[in-house]
Amino acid sequence: MISLRELRIHGRGGQGSVTAAELIAVAAFAGGVYSQAFPAFGVERRGAPVQAFVRFDDRKIRLRSQVYEPDYIIVQDSTLISDVNVFHGVKPGGVVIVNTEKPLAAQIPAGVKVITLDATSIALKHLGVPITNTTLMGAFAAASGEIDLTALEEAIRGRFTGEMAEKNVAAAREAYALVRGVS
Amino acid sequence: MMEIMEGSHAVAHAVRMCRPEVIAAYPITPQTHIVEALAEMVANCSLDAEYITVESEFSALSACLGASAAGSRVYSATTSQGLALMFEVCFNTAGMRLPVVMSIVNRALGAPLSIWNDQQDSISLRDSGWLQFYAEDNQEATDLHYIAYRVAEDKGVLLPAFVCFDGFILSHTYEPVEMLTQEQVDSYLPPYSPVQRLDSKNPISIGLFASPDYYMEFRYEIDRAMKASSQVIREAGRRFGEMFGRDYSNLVEEYRMDDAECAIVAMGSICGTVKDAIDEMRRDGQKAGLLRIRTFRPFPGDEIKKALAGVSSVAVLDKNISLGAKGAVALEVRDALYGSGIPVLDYIIALGGRDVAKKDIKSVVKMAMAGNGDLFYGLRGEVLG
Repeated sequence: MISLRELRIHGRGGQGSVTAAELIAVAAFAGGVYSQAFPAFGVERRGAPVQAFVRFDDRKIRLRSQVYEPDYIIVQDSTLISDVNVFHGVKPGGVVIVNTEKPLAAQIPAGVKVITLDATSIALKHLGVPITNTTLMGAFAAASGEIDLTALEEAIRGRFTGEMAEKNVAAAREAYALVRGVS
Repeated sequence: MMEIMEGSHAVAHAVRMCRPEVIAAYPITPQTHIVEALAEMVANCSLDAEYITVESEFSALSACLGASAAGSRVYSATTSQGLALMFEVCFNTAGMRLPVVMSIVNRALGAPLSIWNDQQDSISLRDSGWLQFYAEDNQEATDLHYIAYRVAEDKGVLLPAFVCFDGFILSHTYEPVEMLTQEQVDSYLPPYSPVQRLDSKNPISIGLFASPDYYMEFRYEIDRAMKASSQVIREAGRRFGEMFGRDYSNLVEEYRMDDAECAIVAMGSICGTVKDAIDEMRRDGQKAGLLRIRTFRPFPGDEIKKALAGVSSVAVLDKNISLGAKGAVALEVRDALYGSGIPVLDYIIALGGRDVAKKDIKSVVKMAMAGNGDLFYGLRGEVLG
Protein backbone atom coordinates (compact mmCIF):
# COMPACT_ATOMS: atom_id res chain seq x y z
CA MET A 1 0.00 0.00 0.00
CA ILE A 2 2.90 2.34 0.75
CA SER A 3 4.04 1.94 -2.82
CA LEU A 4 0.82 3.42 -4.25
CA ARG A 5 1.24 6.89 -5.77
CA GLU A 6 -1.64 9.01 -7.03
CA LEU A 7 -2.00 11.94 -9.44
CA ARG A 8 -4.97 14.27 -9.80
CA ILE A 9 -5.30 16.48 -12.86
CA HIS A 10 -7.46 19.61 -12.78
CA GLY A 11 -8.44 21.20 -16.05
CA ARG A 12 -11.27 22.62 -18.05
CA GLY A 13 -13.27 20.69 -20.63
CA GLY A 14 -11.35 20.80 -23.92
CA GLN A 15 -7.85 21.01 -22.43
CA GLY A 16 -7.25 17.28 -22.72
CA SER A 17 -7.04 16.32 -19.03
CA VAL A 18 -8.46 12.84 -19.66
CA THR A 19 -6.06 12.25 -22.55
CA ALA A 20 -3.19 13.39 -20.32
CA ALA A 21 -4.19 10.89 -17.63
CA GLU A 22 -4.44 8.07 -20.17
CA LEU A 23 -1.10 8.82 -21.83
CA ILE A 24 0.69 9.17 -18.47
CA ALA A 25 -0.71 5.73 -17.51
CA VAL A 26 0.41 4.26 -20.83
CA ALA A 27 3.93 5.68 -20.38
CA ALA A 28 4.13 4.44 -16.78
CA PHE A 29 3.04 0.94 -17.79
CA ALA A 30 5.69 0.93 -20.53
CA GLY A 31 8.19 1.70 -17.77
CA GLY A 32 7.24 -1.49 -15.91
CA VAL A 33 4.75 -0.43 -13.22
CA TYR A 34 1.04 -1.03 -12.90
CA SER A 35 -1.00 2.05 -13.72
CA GLN A 36 -4.63 3.05 -13.85
CA ALA A 37 -6.18 6.17 -15.44
CA PHE A 38 -9.77 7.32 -15.26
CA PRO A 39 -11.78 10.52 -15.55
CA ALA A 40 -14.09 12.03 -12.93
CA PHE A 41 -16.98 11.12 -15.21
CA GLY A 42 -18.70 14.49 -15.41
CA VAL A 43 -21.00 15.74 -18.11
CA GLU A 44 -18.08 17.28 -19.99
CA ARG A 45 -18.66 20.70 -21.44
CA ARG A 46 -16.03 22.94 -22.94
CA GLY A 47 -14.66 25.19 -20.21
CA ALA A 48 -16.26 23.42 -17.23
CA PRO A 49 -13.92 22.24 -14.45
CA VAL A 50 -12.94 18.59 -14.96
CA GLN A 51 -10.70 16.11 -13.16
CA ALA A 52 -8.83 13.01 -14.21
CA PHE A 53 -6.78 10.60 -12.12
CA VAL A 54 -3.79 8.29 -12.44
CA ARG A 55 -2.51 5.66 -10.01
CA PHE A 56 0.93 4.04 -10.07
CA ASP A 57 1.92 0.97 -8.10
CA ASP A 58 4.44 -1.86 -8.19
CA ARG A 59 1.59 -4.34 -7.87
CA LYS A 60 -1.86 -4.73 -9.38
CA ILE A 61 -4.13 -1.79 -8.53
CA ARG A 62 -7.51 -2.73 -7.07
CA LEU A 63 -8.66 0.59 -5.60
CA ARG A 64 -11.46 2.23 -7.63
CA SER A 65 -12.33 5.36 -5.65
CA GLN A 66 -11.49 8.85 -6.84
CA VAL A 67 -8.17 10.27 -5.66
CA TYR A 68 -8.53 12.15 -2.36
CA GLU A 69 -4.92 12.34 -1.12
CA PRO A 70 -2.76 12.84 -4.20
CA ASP A 71 1.03 12.69 -4.26
CA TYR A 72 0.96 14.80 -7.42
CA ILE A 73 -1.40 17.42 -8.80
CA ILE A 74 -1.43 19.04 -12.23
CA VAL A 75 -3.40 22.28 -12.68
CA GLN A 76 -3.90 23.03 -16.36
CA ASP A 77 -5.51 26.42 -15.82
CA SER A 78 -4.61 28.70 -12.89
CA THR A 79 -8.03 30.41 -13.08
CA LEU A 80 -9.42 27.18 -11.59
CA ILE A 81 -7.71 27.99 -8.30
CA SER A 82 -10.39 30.55 -7.41
CA ASP A 83 -13.23 28.05 -8.23
CA VAL A 84 -11.92 24.69 -7.04
CA ASN A 85 -9.71 23.75 -4.06
CA VAL A 86 -7.08 22.21 -6.30
CA PHE A 87 -4.75 21.53 -3.36
CA HIS A 88 -7.37 19.52 -1.47
CA GLY A 89 -5.91 16.50 0.31
CA VAL A 90 -2.41 16.82 -1.14
CA LYS A 91 0.08 14.70 0.79
CA PRO A 92 2.94 16.34 2.69
CA GLY A 93 5.91 16.29 0.34
CA GLY A 94 3.54 16.32 -2.62
CA VAL A 95 4.34 18.02 -5.92
CA VAL A 96 1.93 20.45 -7.60
CA ILE A 97 2.48 21.61 -11.18
CA VAL A 98 0.57 24.73 -12.16
CA ASN A 99 0.24 26.26 -15.60
CA THR A 100 0.53 30.02 -15.06
CA GLU A 101 2.55 32.93 -16.40
CA LYS A 102 2.35 34.78 -13.10
CA PRO A 103 3.55 33.99 -9.58
CA LEU A 104 0.85 32.12 -7.65
CA ALA A 105 -1.29 34.22 -5.35
CA ALA A 106 -2.91 31.14 -3.78
CA GLN A 107 -2.25 29.87 -0.27
CA ILE A 108 0.02 26.86 -0.72
CA PRO A 109 -0.21 24.06 1.88
CA ALA A 110 2.92 23.62 4.00
CA GLY A 111 5.43 21.02 2.85
CA VAL A 112 4.15 21.00 -0.71
CA LYS A 113 6.45 21.72 -3.64
CA VAL A 114 4.88 23.93 -6.28
CA ILE A 115 6.30 24.16 -9.79
CA THR A 116 4.89 26.83 -12.07
CA LEU A 117 5.45 27.12 -15.77
CA ASP A 118 3.87 29.00 -18.65
CA ALA A 119 2.59 25.91 -20.44
CA THR A 120 0.14 27.97 -22.50
CA SER A 121 2.98 29.84 -24.23
CA ILE A 122 4.87 26.59 -24.86
CA ALA A 123 1.75 24.96 -26.32
CA LEU A 124 0.99 28.01 -28.48
CA LYS A 125 4.58 28.03 -29.76
CA HIS A 126 4.55 24.35 -30.81
CA LEU A 127 0.90 23.60 -31.54
CA GLY A 128 -0.59 27.00 -32.30
CA VAL A 129 -3.44 26.28 -29.85
CA PRO A 130 -3.54 26.71 -26.05
CA ILE A 131 -4.03 22.98 -25.36
CA THR A 132 -1.52 22.35 -22.61
CA ASN A 133 -1.92 18.67 -21.76
CA THR A 134 1.15 17.30 -23.56
CA THR A 135 3.29 20.20 -22.32
CA LEU A 136 2.28 19.51 -18.72
CA MET A 137 2.91 15.79 -19.22
CA GLY A 138 6.52 16.69 -20.02
CA ALA A 139 6.68 18.81 -16.87
CA PHE A 140 5.19 15.93 -14.85
CA ALA A 141 7.78 13.48 -16.20
CA ALA A 142 10.59 15.80 -15.07
CA ALA A 143 9.09 16.73 -11.69
CA SER A 144 7.88 13.30 -10.57
CA GLY A 145 10.22 10.74 -12.11
CA GLU A 146 7.18 8.44 -12.50
CA ILE A 147 7.53 8.27 -16.27
CA ASP A 148 10.51 8.72 -18.53
CA LEU A 149 10.55 11.11 -21.44
CA THR A 150 11.08 8.42 -24.08
CA ALA A 151 8.09 6.42 -22.88
CA LEU A 152 6.03 9.60 -22.84
CA GLU A 153 7.06 10.43 -26.41
CA GLU A 154 6.02 6.92 -27.50
CA ALA A 155 2.67 7.28 -25.73
CA ILE A 156 2.08 10.60 -27.54
CA ARG A 157 2.99 9.03 -30.89
CA GLY A 158 0.60 6.17 -30.10
CA ARG A 159 -2.29 8.63 -29.78
CA PHE A 160 -1.47 11.28 -32.40
CA THR A 161 -0.02 10.79 -35.84
CA GLY A 162 2.42 12.56 -38.15
CA GLU A 163 3.12 16.23 -37.66
CA MET A 164 0.60 16.54 -34.83
CA ALA A 165 2.47 13.87 -32.85
CA GLU A 166 5.85 15.55 -33.37
CA LYS A 167 4.52 18.99 -32.38
CA ASN A 168 3.17 17.54 -29.15
CA VAL A 169 6.42 15.69 -28.52
CA ALA A 170 8.33 18.97 -28.98
CA ALA A 171 6.06 20.74 -26.47
CA ALA A 172 6.52 17.92 -23.93
CA ARG A 173 10.31 18.02 -24.42
CA GLU A 174 10.55 21.77 -23.90
CA ALA A 175 8.58 21.57 -20.64
CA TYR A 176 10.64 18.57 -19.53
CA ALA A 177 13.90 20.45 -20.07
CA LEU A 178 12.54 23.57 -18.39
CA VAL A 179 11.41 21.72 -15.24
CA ARG A 180 14.56 19.58 -15.20
CA GLY A 181 16.52 22.83 -15.11
CA VAL A 182 14.64 24.36 -12.20
CA SER A 183 14.03 21.32 -9.97
CA MET B 1 0.69 -10.42 -23.20
CA MET B 2 -0.27 -7.60 -20.83
CA GLU B 3 -1.38 -4.46 -22.59
CA ILE B 4 -2.78 -1.23 -21.22
CA MET B 5 -6.03 -0.02 -22.75
CA GLU B 6 -9.45 1.33 -22.00
CA GLY B 7 -11.88 -1.24 -20.58
CA SER B 8 -14.37 -0.75 -23.43
CA HIS B 9 -11.68 -1.44 -26.01
CA ALA B 10 -10.46 -4.53 -24.18
CA VAL B 11 -14.03 -5.86 -24.17
CA ALA B 12 -14.48 -5.03 -27.88
CA HIS B 13 -11.33 -7.03 -28.71
CA ALA B 14 -12.49 -9.96 -26.58
CA VAL B 15 -15.85 -9.91 -28.37
CA ARG B 16 -14.09 -9.77 -31.76
CA MET B 17 -12.12 -12.90 -30.88
CA CYS B 18 -15.35 -14.71 -29.93
CA ARG B 19 -16.21 -14.41 -33.66
CA PRO B 20 -19.79 -13.14 -33.45
CA GLU B 21 -21.52 -13.44 -36.83
CA VAL B 22 -24.17 -10.79 -36.17
CA ILE B 23 -23.93 -7.67 -34.00
CA ALA B 24 -26.87 -5.33 -33.44
CA ALA B 25 -26.59 -2.51 -30.94
CA TYR B 26 -27.73 1.04 -30.31
CA PRO B 27 -25.16 3.43 -28.82
CA ILE B 28 -25.80 4.70 -25.28
CA THR B 29 -23.47 6.17 -22.64
CA PRO B 30 -21.33 4.55 -21.18
CA GLN B 31 -21.52 1.57 -23.59
CA THR B 32 -20.70 3.65 -26.71
CA HIS B 33 -16.96 2.98 -27.00
CA ILE B 34 -17.56 -0.79 -27.26
CA VAL B 35 -19.98 -0.66 -30.16
CA GLU B 36 -18.03 2.10 -31.94
CA ALA B 37 -14.94 -0.08 -31.79
CA LEU B 38 -16.81 -3.14 -33.08
CA ALA B 39 -18.43 -1.13 -35.92
CA GLU B 40 -14.94 0.01 -36.91
CA MET B 41 -13.61 -3.57 -36.84
CA VAL B 42 -16.43 -4.70 -39.13
CA ALA B 43 -15.83 -1.72 -41.44
CA ASN B 44 -12.08 -2.40 -41.73
CA CYS B 45 -12.61 -6.17 -42.11
CA SER B 46 -10.77 -7.20 -38.94
CA LEU B 47 -14.09 -8.75 -37.86
CA ASP B 48 -16.18 -10.77 -40.30
CA ALA B 49 -19.67 -10.04 -38.97
CA GLU B 50 -22.92 -8.47 -40.05
CA TYR B 51 -23.29 -5.20 -38.10
CA ILE B 52 -26.94 -4.20 -38.09
CA THR B 53 -27.55 -0.54 -37.27
CA VAL B 54 -30.96 -0.12 -35.66
CA GLU B 55 -33.14 2.74 -34.45
CA SER B 56 -33.57 1.54 -30.85
CA GLU B 57 -32.48 -1.00 -28.28
CA PHE B 58 -35.76 -2.86 -28.75
CA SER B 59 -34.80 -3.43 -32.39
CA ALA B 60 -31.20 -4.25 -31.47
CA LEU B 61 -32.13 -7.18 -29.30
CA SER B 62 -34.97 -8.20 -31.66
CA ALA B 63 -32.43 -8.43 -34.50
CA CYS B 64 -30.14 -10.47 -32.25
CA LEU B 65 -33.00 -12.78 -31.32
CA GLY B 66 -33.83 -13.42 -34.98
CA ALA B 67 -30.22 -13.93 -35.97
CA SER B 68 -29.64 -16.31 -33.07
CA ALA B 69 -32.77 -18.28 -34.01
CA ALA B 70 -31.32 -18.54 -37.53
CA GLY B 71 -28.27 -20.21 -36.01
CA SER B 72 -25.72 -17.37 -35.70
CA ARG B 73 -23.52 -16.43 -32.78
CA VAL B 74 -24.70 -12.91 -31.90
CA TYR B 75 -23.66 -10.02 -29.68
CA SER B 76 -25.14 -6.84 -28.32
CA ALA B 77 -24.28 -4.33 -25.61
CA THR B 78 -26.37 -1.83 -23.71
CA THR B 79 -27.02 -0.17 -20.37
CA SER B 80 -29.68 1.54 -18.24
CA GLN B 81 -32.64 2.90 -20.24
CA GLY B 82 -31.48 0.89 -23.24
CA LEU B 83 -31.80 -2.34 -21.30
CA ALA B 84 -35.17 -1.18 -19.95
CA LEU B 85 -36.37 -0.77 -23.54
CA MET B 86 -35.27 -4.37 -24.23
CA PHE B 87 -37.30 -5.76 -21.34
CA GLU B 88 -39.85 -7.67 -23.44
CA VAL B 89 -37.25 -9.07 -25.84
CA CYS B 90 -35.07 -10.21 -22.92
CA PHE B 91 -37.81 -12.52 -21.69
CA ASN B 92 -38.44 -13.79 -25.23
CA THR B 93 -34.75 -14.51 -25.84
CA ALA B 94 -34.54 -16.65 -22.72
CA GLY B 95 -37.91 -18.28 -23.37
CA MET B 96 -36.79 -19.32 -26.86
CA ARG B 97 -33.54 -20.64 -25.35
CA LEU B 98 -31.30 -18.48 -27.56
CA PRO B 99 -27.71 -18.13 -26.28
CA VAL B 100 -27.26 -14.40 -26.99
CA VAL B 101 -24.39 -12.75 -25.09
CA MET B 102 -24.78 -9.09 -24.17
CA SER B 103 -22.47 -6.70 -22.30
CA ILE B 104 -24.24 -4.59 -19.71
CA VAL B 105 -22.16 -1.53 -18.86
CA ASN B 106 -23.95 -0.92 -15.60
CA ARG B 107 -25.64 2.45 -15.15
CA ALA B 108 -28.41 3.92 -13.01
CA LEU B 109 -32.02 4.15 -14.26
CA GLY B 110 -34.03 7.38 -14.49
CA ALA B 111 -35.85 9.43 -13.53
CA PRO B 112 -33.97 11.55 -12.60
CA LEU B 113 -31.60 10.94 -15.48
CA SER B 114 -28.18 9.70 -14.45
CA ILE B 115 -25.42 8.54 -16.75
CA TRP B 116 -23.43 7.25 -13.77
CA ASN B 117 -22.92 3.81 -12.36
CA ASP B 118 -24.96 1.55 -10.20
CA GLN B 119 -26.35 -1.92 -10.91
CA GLN B 120 -30.08 -1.22 -10.98
CA ASP B 121 -30.32 -1.95 -14.72
CA SER B 122 -29.18 -5.59 -14.84
CA ILE B 123 -30.58 -6.35 -11.38
CA SER B 124 -34.00 -5.26 -12.66
CA LEU B 125 -33.75 -8.05 -15.29
CA ARG B 126 -33.09 -10.56 -12.52
CA ASP B 127 -36.13 -12.69 -13.37
CA SER B 128 -35.72 -12.68 -17.17
CA GLY B 129 -33.86 -16.00 -17.54
CA TRP B 130 -30.47 -14.52 -18.51
CA LEU B 131 -27.31 -15.65 -16.76
CA GLN B 132 -25.67 -12.68 -15.00
CA PHE B 133 -21.91 -12.37 -14.49
CA TYR B 134 -20.34 -9.36 -12.68
CA ALA B 135 -16.70 -8.36 -13.27
CA GLU B 136 -14.43 -6.82 -10.65
CA ASP B 137 -11.85 -5.45 -13.10
CA ASN B 138 -11.20 -5.20 -16.82
CA GLN B 139 -9.38 -8.52 -16.87
CA GLU B 140 -12.54 -10.24 -15.73
CA ALA B 141 -14.71 -8.07 -17.98
CA THR B 142 -12.85 -9.54 -20.98
CA ASP B 143 -12.45 -13.12 -19.71
CA LEU B 144 -16.12 -13.44 -18.78
CA HIS B 145 -17.15 -12.88 -22.41
CA TYR B 146 -15.29 -16.02 -23.56
CA ILE B 147 -16.75 -17.97 -20.65
CA ALA B 148 -20.27 -16.57 -21.19
CA TYR B 149 -20.41 -17.78 -24.81
CA ARG B 150 -19.12 -21.21 -23.87
CA VAL B 151 -21.66 -21.62 -21.07
CA ALA B 152 -24.64 -20.03 -22.88
CA GLU B 153 -24.18 -22.26 -25.94
CA ASP B 154 -23.70 -25.44 -23.91
CA LYS B 155 -26.41 -27.94 -24.90
CA GLY B 156 -27.35 -28.37 -21.24
CA VAL B 157 -27.88 -24.62 -20.79
CA LEU B 158 -29.00 -22.78 -23.97
CA LEU B 159 -29.75 -19.55 -22.18
CA PRO B 160 -28.66 -15.97 -22.91
CA ALA B 161 -26.07 -14.24 -20.72
CA PHE B 162 -25.28 -10.73 -19.47
CA VAL B 163 -21.66 -9.86 -18.82
CA CYS B 164 -22.01 -6.92 -16.41
CA PHE B 165 -19.27 -4.43 -15.59
CA ASP B 166 -19.52 -1.03 -13.97
CA GLY B 167 -20.04 1.93 -16.29
CA PHE B 168 -17.16 4.46 -16.36
CA ILE B 169 -15.47 2.87 -13.32
CA LEU B 170 -14.37 -0.03 -15.55
CA SER B 171 -15.52 0.88 -19.06
CA HIS B 172 -13.60 4.18 -19.20
CA THR B 173 -10.58 3.14 -17.15
CA TYR B 174 -7.18 2.44 -18.65
CA GLU B 175 -5.46 -0.44 -16.91
CA PRO B 176 -3.35 -3.45 -17.88
CA VAL B 177 -5.22 -6.43 -19.29
CA GLU B 178 -3.84 -9.76 -20.45
CA MET B 179 -5.49 -10.35 -23.82
CA LEU B 180 -5.77 -13.85 -25.25
CA THR B 181 -4.73 -14.51 -28.83
CA GLN B 182 -7.24 -15.55 -31.49
CA GLU B 183 -5.73 -19.06 -31.46
CA GLN B 184 -6.24 -19.30 -27.69
CA VAL B 185 -9.85 -18.14 -27.94
CA ASP B 186 -10.50 -20.58 -30.80
CA SER B 187 -9.09 -23.43 -28.75
CA TYR B 188 -11.38 -22.53 -25.81
CA LEU B 189 -14.56 -21.53 -27.61
CA PRO B 190 -15.73 -23.90 -30.37
CA PRO B 191 -17.96 -22.54 -33.17
CA TYR B 192 -21.64 -22.35 -32.23
CA SER B 193 -23.57 -25.40 -33.35
CA PRO B 194 -27.29 -24.81 -32.75
CA VAL B 195 -29.59 -27.67 -31.82
CA GLN B 196 -32.20 -26.24 -34.18
CA ARG B 197 -32.38 -23.20 -36.42
CA LEU B 198 -34.82 -21.30 -38.57
CA ASP B 199 -34.41 -22.66 -42.08
CA SER B 200 -36.82 -22.01 -44.95
CA LYS B 201 -36.10 -25.48 -46.39
CA ASN B 202 -37.01 -27.17 -43.14
CA PRO B 203 -39.51 -24.83 -41.50
CA ILE B 204 -40.03 -24.83 -37.74
CA SER B 205 -41.62 -22.31 -35.38
CA ILE B 206 -40.24 -21.27 -32.03
CA GLY B 207 -41.55 -19.06 -29.26
CA LEU B 208 -45.19 -19.58 -30.12
CA PHE B 209 -48.31 -19.66 -27.99
CA ALA B 210 -48.51 -22.02 -24.99
CA SER B 211 -51.85 -22.84 -23.41
CA PRO B 212 -52.22 -23.32 -19.65
CA ASP B 213 -51.56 -27.01 -20.27
CA TYR B 214 -47.98 -26.27 -21.41
CA TYR B 215 -46.77 -22.85 -20.18
CA MET B 216 -45.65 -23.94 -16.72
CA GLU B 217 -43.52 -26.75 -18.11
CA PHE B 218 -41.66 -24.25 -20.32
CA ARG B 219 -40.94 -22.06 -17.29
CA TYR B 220 -39.86 -25.09 -15.26
CA GLU B 221 -37.42 -26.12 -17.98
CA ILE B 222 -35.84 -22.66 -18.12
CA ASP B 223 -35.41 -22.72 -14.36
CA ARG B 224 -33.95 -26.23 -14.51
CA ALA B 225 -31.48 -25.17 -17.21
CA MET B 226 -30.51 -22.10 -15.19
CA LYS B 227 -29.84 -24.22 -12.11
CA ALA B 228 -27.93 -26.81 -14.15
CA SER B 229 -25.77 -24.00 -15.57
CA SER B 230 -23.95 -23.67 -12.20
CA GLN B 231 -22.01 -26.84 -12.90
CA VAL B 232 -21.38 -25.84 -16.52
CA ILE B 233 -19.98 -22.49 -15.31
CA ARG B 234 -17.68 -24.26 -12.84
CA GLU B 235 -16.38 -26.57 -15.54
CA ALA B 236 -15.97 -23.78 -18.12
CA GLY B 237 -14.23 -21.64 -15.47
CA ARG B 238 -11.93 -24.48 -14.40
CA ARG B 239 -11.01 -25.21 -18.03
CA PHE B 240 -10.26 -21.52 -18.58
CA GLY B 241 -7.92 -21.62 -15.59
CA GLU B 242 -6.14 -24.73 -16.86
CA MET B 243 -5.62 -23.21 -20.28
CA PHE B 244 -4.81 -19.59 -19.43
CA GLY B 245 -3.95 -19.51 -15.71
CA ARG B 246 -6.91 -17.49 -14.44
CA ASP B 247 -9.34 -19.72 -12.60
CA TYR B 248 -13.08 -19.01 -12.69
CA SER B 249 -14.28 -22.33 -11.32
CA ASN B 250 -16.12 -20.73 -8.40
CA LEU B 251 -19.24 -18.63 -8.71
CA VAL B 252 -18.04 -16.62 -5.71
CA GLU B 253 -14.62 -15.40 -4.58
CA GLU B 254 -13.56 -15.46 -0.94
CA TYR B 255 -11.05 -12.83 0.19
CA ARG B 256 -9.52 -13.16 3.68
CA MET B 257 -12.60 -15.09 4.81
CA ASP B 258 -10.80 -17.85 6.76
CA ASP B 259 -11.15 -16.28 10.21
CA ALA B 260 -13.38 -13.35 9.29
CA GLU B 261 -15.84 -12.10 11.92
CA CYS B 262 -17.52 -9.54 9.69
CA ALA B 263 -18.07 -10.49 6.04
CA ILE B 264 -18.82 -7.96 3.35
CA VAL B 265 -20.81 -9.32 0.40
CA ALA B 266 -20.67 -7.34 -2.86
CA MET B 267 -20.52 -7.56 -6.67
CA GLY B 268 -18.46 -5.77 -9.31
CA SER B 269 -15.76 -3.12 -9.21
CA ILE B 270 -16.48 -1.96 -5.64
CA CYS B 271 -14.84 -5.23 -4.51
CA GLY B 272 -11.36 -3.89 -5.41
CA THR B 273 -11.80 -0.99 -3.01
CA VAL B 274 -13.23 -3.39 -0.41
CA LYS B 275 -10.13 -5.63 -0.65
CA ASP B 276 -7.78 -2.69 -0.05
CA ALA B 277 -9.93 -1.54 2.90
CA ILE B 278 -9.91 -5.08 4.34
CA ASP B 279 -6.09 -5.21 4.17
CA GLU B 280 -5.95 -1.99 6.20
CA MET B 281 -8.56 -3.20 8.71
CA ARG B 282 -6.64 -6.47 9.11
CA ARG B 283 -3.47 -4.50 9.91
CA ASP B 284 -5.48 -2.78 12.63
CA GLY B 285 -6.56 -6.15 14.02
CA GLN B 286 -10.11 -6.12 12.64
CA LYS B 287 -11.14 -9.48 11.23
CA ALA B 288 -13.03 -8.45 8.10
CA GLY B 289 -13.38 -10.46 4.90
CA LEU B 290 -15.07 -10.23 1.51
CA LEU B 291 -17.36 -12.65 -0.27
CA ARG B 292 -17.63 -11.49 -3.86
CA ILE B 293 -20.51 -12.79 -5.95
CA ARG B 294 -19.36 -13.18 -9.55
CA THR B 295 -22.47 -15.02 -10.78
CA PHE B 296 -25.74 -13.48 -9.64
CA ARG B 297 -27.82 -15.75 -11.94
CA PRO B 298 -27.73 -18.62 -11.31
CA PHE B 299 -27.61 -17.52 -7.66
CA PRO B 300 -24.91 -19.44 -5.77
CA GLY B 301 -26.87 -19.87 -2.54
CA ASP B 302 -25.07 -23.02 -1.38
CA GLU B 303 -21.60 -21.52 -1.89
CA ILE B 304 -22.68 -18.39 -0.03
CA LYS B 305 -24.08 -20.40 2.89
CA LYS B 306 -20.84 -22.38 3.12
CA ALA B 307 -18.57 -19.34 2.85
CA LEU B 308 -20.46 -17.35 5.47
CA ALA B 309 -20.81 -20.14 8.05
CA GLY B 310 -19.00 -18.99 11.17
CA VAL B 311 -19.05 -15.22 10.66
CA SER B 312 -20.77 -13.11 13.29
CA SER B 313 -22.16 -10.47 10.94
CA VAL B 314 -22.74 -9.98 7.22
CA ALA B 315 -22.79 -6.56 5.55
CA VAL B 316 -24.20 -6.60 2.01
CA LEU B 317 -23.33 -3.70 -0.29
CA ASP B 318 -26.19 -3.25 -2.74
CA LYS B 319 -25.76 -0.93 -5.74
CA ASN B 320 -29.49 -1.29 -6.35
CA ILE B 321 -32.71 -1.02 -4.39
CA SER B 322 -35.92 -3.02 -4.72
CA LEU B 323 -38.00 0.01 -3.76
CA GLY B 324 -40.27 -0.76 -0.86
CA ALA B 325 -38.18 -3.77 0.16
CA LYS B 326 -34.35 -3.99 0.32
CA GLY B 327 -31.37 -4.39 -1.97
CA ALA B 328 -31.68 -7.43 -4.23
CA VAL B 329 -28.40 -9.02 -3.15
CA ALA B 330 -29.20 -8.73 0.56
CA LEU B 331 -32.62 -10.31 0.07
CA GLU B 332 -31.08 -13.36 -1.56
CA VAL B 333 -28.14 -13.64 0.84
CA ARG B 334 -30.63 -13.55 3.70
CA ASP B 335 -32.58 -16.32 1.97
CA ALA B 336 -29.39 -18.38 1.60
CA LEU B 337 -28.65 -17.95 5.33
CA TYR B 338 -32.22 -18.60 6.47
CA GLY B 339 -32.23 -20.47 9.76
CA SER B 340 -28.52 -19.92 10.43
CA GLY B 341 -29.12 -17.07 12.88
CA ILE B 342 -26.36 -15.00 11.24
CA PRO B 343 -27.48 -11.36 10.96
CA VAL B 344 -27.48 -9.99 7.41
CA LEU B 345 -27.46 -6.19 7.23
CA ASP B 346 -28.06 -4.28 4.02
CA TYR B 347 -26.35 -1.09 2.85
CA ILE B 348 -27.72 0.63 -0.24
CA ILE B 349 -24.60 2.33 -1.55
CA ALA B 350 -23.09 4.17 -4.53
CA LEU B 351 -26.36 4.74 -6.37
CA GLY B 352 -26.12 6.98 -9.43
CA GLY B 353 -22.32 7.13 -9.34
CA ARG B 354 -21.69 8.31 -5.76
CA ASP B 355 -18.04 7.53 -5.07
CA VAL B 356 -17.04 4.92 -2.49
CA ALA B 357 -13.70 5.27 -0.71
CA LYS B 358 -11.91 2.88 1.66
CA LYS B 359 -13.14 4.92 4.65
CA ASP B 360 -16.75 4.18 3.60
CA ILE B 361 -16.09 0.44 3.65
CA LYS B 362 -14.52 0.73 7.11
CA SER B 363 -17.49 2.71 8.28
CA VAL B 364 -19.92 0.04 6.99
CA VAL B 365 -17.99 -2.69 8.83
CA LYS B 366 -18.08 -0.64 12.03
CA MET B 367 -21.85 -0.17 11.68
CA ALA B 368 -22.41 -3.86 10.93
CA MET B 369 -20.39 -4.93 13.98
CA ALA B 370 -22.65 -2.67 16.06
CA GLY B 371 -25.78 -4.20 14.50
CA ASN B 372 -26.67 -1.00 12.68
CA GLY B 373 -27.76 -1.53 9.07
CA ASP B 374 -30.60 -1.89 6.58
CA LEU B 375 -30.17 1.67 5.42
CA PHE B 376 -29.04 3.95 2.60
CA TYR B 377 -25.36 4.61 3.33
CA GLY B 378 -24.09 8.19 3.19
CA LEU B 379 -27.35 10.06 2.62
CA ARG B 380 -26.95 13.83 2.53
CA GLY B 381 -29.50 14.99 5.08
CA GLU B 382 -29.26 18.61 3.92
CA VAL B 383 -30.70 17.84 0.47
CA LEU B 384 -33.56 15.64 1.67
CA GLY B 385 -37.09 17.04 1.65
